[in-house]
Amino acid sequence: MTETLRHNQVDLVLHELRGGEGRALLLLHGLGERSPHAVPAEADGWPGPVVALDFTGHGRSTVPRGGGYTAEVLMADADTALAHLGQATVLGRGLGGYVALLLAGARAADVRGVVIADGPGLAGGGAMPGSPAILFPDPRASGPPDPFAFAELTSDVRPPDYASSFVRQATHLSGLAEPITVAAHVRPEWLQAVAAEPGVRETSDVAAALAFYESVA
Amino acid sequence: MVEWGDEGDPPLLLAHGGFDFAGTFDVFAPMLAAGGWRVVAWDQRGHGDSEHSELYAWSADMRDALAVLDSIGPEPMPFIGHSKGGGITLQLADTVPHRVSHVVSIDGLPSPRPRPDVSDHERTRLLDTELADWLAHRRRAAGHQRRPGTLDELAARRGRMNPRMAAEWLRYLVTRGARLDAEGWRWKIDPIMRFGGFGPHRPQWTLDRLPGLAPPLLAFLGLAAEPMGWGTTQGELDPYLPPGAQMEVYDDVGHFVHVERPRQVADRILEFLA
Repeated sequence: MTETLRHNQVDLVLHELRGGEGRALLLLHGLGERSPHAVPAEADGWPGPVVALDFTGHGRSTVPRGGGYTAEVLMADADTALAHLGQATVLGRGLGGYVALLLAGARAADVRGVVIADGPGLAGGGAMPGSPAILFPDPRASGPPDPFAFAELTSDVRPPDYASSFVRQATHLSGLAEPITVAAHVRPEWLQAVAAEPGVRETSDVAAALAFYESVA
Repeated sequence: MVEWGDEGDPPLLLAHGGFDFAGTFDVFAPMLAAGGWRVVAWDQRGHGDSEHSELYAWSADMRDALAVLDSIGPEPMPFIGHSKGGGITLQLADTVPHRVSHVVSIDGLPSPRPRPDVSDHERTRLLDTELADWLAHRRRAAGHQRRPGTLDELAARRGRMNPRMAAEWLRYLVTRGARLDAEGWRWKIDPIMRFGGFGPHRPQWTLDRLPGLAPPLLAFLGLAAEPMGWGTTQGELDPYLPPGAQMEVYDDVGHFVHVERPRQVADRILEFLA
């Protein structure tokens, strides 16, 4: 079952992978991916509903004209889903993990735990801007996923102190002692900085990380 | 795209600032054109008569700027930019150095000053407010239109951001930057856009483009404080200026230097380009 949610001029598709009572687990896919068709094994133990969002330009969501992707606008995509769900625990893969971190900071009261997992688009464009380039999509590619998303979200700068500021938001304002769990093996600079902040758990077991958030209020 | 001047004259690229549109050059640009230049400007995505876009990002503005440049021609030409347009043209010069002959920045260089010294706790609260406001705006944005009003009401709204501008000029801006429908005038700019905001970008990254800039640079600064101004001072920029950079600093002019002093700014640019 799917719901179509409106985010400004974009229709976002939210997939209900499993129904149920209680707080939802929101899955955010990686760069170039789409929502899975079924609950992934690592999320199978989640006691409540499991939903997955197709980001702008991905899966069945609107593919915009002429690009203009930022992690921040994808955070607002995820916030559109959160408005629909009320509260959620969030599991993000790759790019979706970075977006989940931003959302945890911005909506500290409604995001009840975030797990950042490996996946495409985890690193982004690094901690500092590289030599300047005008980003054009691969002319041979057609979407979805939107080729502009690949061009822009593999080069967006993710300063470590910017990422840390979202962790601090989450720890100060969520009321949770440990609102963020890093479950990714790969550690780009922004994620090293996140993992070093107080209130961030580390594990290599995504299922265990989710189980930890089942019981938080 | 908007042009002033003779099609046969050498071209130059002119970029407007955030929340502006090419029509804000309607007095200034003809003065450059009268000096023997084909002046080419464009409305950035979501601004003026250009279409509203699903997404906005610096990377998209850069791509749009290059598309405009490509449509003018391959020969190197002067880049002139005001405010955000100064940032766009400076990065364009850094990205395609073979396409630029001169760079003119009209109050378009940021201040490297760090944000005011506030405690971490206070900073968290500030960021939290910014994020909450931005997301709340996006949650209610679907189908949203700019608020209608009379020509004078829109001029007054813009005047709160530009207190130094003459009432007559503000009224003129409404006739170019807004359109009239059954309910009144509405600014054309995409209502999803708003002032302020947050993001990973640092002003320092713009300044870091300056020392290696090869083409001659002329930079104007308007030091009189106003809501849309950047407050950049010459002393802050000095360590970053490339050799031979020329500065024009006006103490008694605000951020819109070319609107307050079109003749003076145009003449100085024409002299610089000669």
